[in-house]
Amino acid sequence: MIDPVTLIVALIGASTPILLAAIGELVVEKSGVLNLGVEGMMIIGAICGFMTAVNIGFSWSGFVAGAAGGAILSVVFAFLTQFLLSNQVATGLALTLFGLGLAALLGEAYSGISPPLTPDLFPQTLQEGSAISSIIFGHDPVIYLSLGLVAAVWYVLQHTRAGLILRAVGENHDAAHALGYRVVRIRCLAIIFGGACAGLGGAYLSLVRVPSWTEGMTAGAGWIALAIVVFASWRPWRALLGAYLFGGIAALQLRLQASDITVPVVLLDMSPYIVTIVVLVLMSSNRVRATLNAPAALGKVFHASG
Amino acid sequence: MLRLEKRPAPARGWIIGAPILAVLLTMVAGGLMFALLGKDPAESIRVIFWDPLFDDRFAGFSRPQLLVKAGPLILIAIGLSLGFRAGIWNIGAEGQYIIGAICGAGFGLAFFPSENPLIFPGMIIAGALGGWAWAMIPAILRTRFRTNEILVSLLLVYVAEAILATAATGFLRNPDGAGFPGSRNLARHPGTDNPEIFAGTGVHWGVMTAFIAVIAACVLLNRHILGYQIKLAGQAPRAARFAGVNAARLIILCLGISGAVAGMAGLFEVAGPAGQISIDFNSGYGFTAIIVAFLGRLHPVGILLAGLLMALTFIGGELAQLMLGVPAPAIQAFQGMLLFFLLALDVLSNYQVRIGYRTAA
Repeated sequence: MIDPVTLIVALIGASTPILLAAIGELVVEKSGVLNLGVEGMMIIGAICGFMTAVNIGFSWSGFVAGAAGGAILSVVFAFLTQFLLSNQVATGLALTLFGLGLAALLGEAYSGISPPLTPDLFPQTLQEGSAISSIIFGHDPVIYLSLGLVAAVWYVLQHTRAGLILRAVGENHDAAHALGYRVVRIRCLAIIFGGACAGLGGAYLSLVRVPSWTEGMTAGAGWIALAIVVFASWRPWRALLGAYLFGGIAALQLRLQASDITVPVVLLDMSPYIVTIVVLVLMSSNRVRATLNAPAALGKVFHASG
Repeated sequence: MLRLEKRPAPARGWIIGAPILAVLLTMVAGGLMFALLGKDPAESIRVIFWDPLFDDRFAGFSRPQLLVKAGPLILIAIGLSLGFRAGIWNIGAEGQYIIGAICGAGFGLAFFPSENPLIFPGMIIAGALGGWAWAMIPAILRTRFRTNEILVSLLLVYVAEAILATAATGFLRNPDGAGFPGSRNLARHPGTDNPEIFAGTGVHWGVMTAFIAVIAACVLLNRHILGYQIKLAGQAPRAARFAGVNAARLIILCLGISGAVAGMAGLFEVAGPAGQISIDFNSGYGFTAIIVAFLGRLHPVGILLAGLLMALTFIGGELAQLMLGVPAPAIQAFQGMLLFFLLALDVLSNYQVRIGYRTAA
């Protein structure tokens, strides 16, 4: 039988890497840039975080290093798309291909090692007691950080001047440029933020979720994060909902494989990807909703000609 | 202060020059990477790019391998380039390649142990249909529901890999294989094999098909209305709409063609060099073909050359692994770098670089 409380705790853990990557990508896309390199930045974050945590011995150092690794890789993307005006789709793909190769190269000596443990934020006594308290208090700091990040992104985008400028750049870069905003600089900052979030998500995957290093361990998580941004219609809280929905399916799927309910393994293995596709179809089939919410300048190259 | 000025039309010289410069820059950056790995950079580059072709000890083995590896890359990249030109991003060729291989192999194995000469052509058709059907999923979702084809085609790669795992361990497993995963060997069974056509050259039917695809793509793009529509839709989508180009039809056609050729490439691979359906027979050709398509400037002849170059890095990479102990993933990073440099240098063909601030005209 599947215990609902452990399932919810597992769900939150399974969703967090994707949530982190998705919230970062959401900010990037809000600024009008489509970075398809999430998968590459995640896996670089996963290996950078893993290497650092194993060598230094503290998991928090791994999270910092993972975020830094993702951010550094995203700088390459920012440079190519913002200064050399390259095609964003192709450059994002290049980032993913390069990231997967580089991560495999860096991680050659690190498979089969266990990383240092990431302790829970709250003491054990708080977690025990009722089902509610283990759901609220039974997590590591990164999970709370990810929730805080969602709230912060929502607040900044909706209620601050900086958020308004970022959205203006994403809706119409020419108008924003004419108003005197530094389109390229704002976009670069957004891209680097997205890279750091994806890297942190990757580090969470290798340090807490799995926890070990295997080649290609992100297994499409970055692509699912991209899909969740579409699902969320570029709204932070909806991204949280989407990520937890997805995490629920992933957690349930793993539990079903372990239990003796006879569902073919192949169906369970492919279920997260199929559900993502189905959700994408449902979200995009409504034309008004799909076109109204997408940042108008998404994926377009900005070149200040005047 | 450097300033970019848009050119009215892409510079002809740079269209050819940029890929060559990108390859040279990748050699420099790659050499740096090999140096960081503690290998002699000059020797590494020589082992990768020179020894497979001209070293007496290796050339005899490596030269045929060049075409074996370039065949699927060129075939897939030609299909992808049509869509990329029209702004239709099929990045799930790897999935179409896997499904094509499974369908084609399944067709061949269904008639086992018959050695009828019609089985192999049937396998090719089944492979093409399999890849086509797999590509139709993103195509129909895109045209009916406006779902992003980039994400769907990519996510389907993971679904295809799950199906491949079941095929190799379940429904296509060799019944005489003592329970080991993997199908019967297609390459060692007359009737289902994809043999070398000219001994010692590495040319099998897939390589022939790749050459035919290059010619067909040249004709299509230069002499056929569909090719014109593809180019128009990519360069000026609004103009294409006014000119009556049916965008949905173009999406179905581009994704369908790229899926079908990727499926065929998968079948040729599984019936030839790979030999059997196994959990990991696919070696990432579907993803590398994306690099090949861009490196070849989405031009058929360019793709032909790019495919050969990329195949050389595969073979040279294996040789470097053997001779110098360069880790296998280094080659993948190396190929990724090549794509970066290529995209970065694109700026030179589309923009003019000027020094100094604009003076009042």
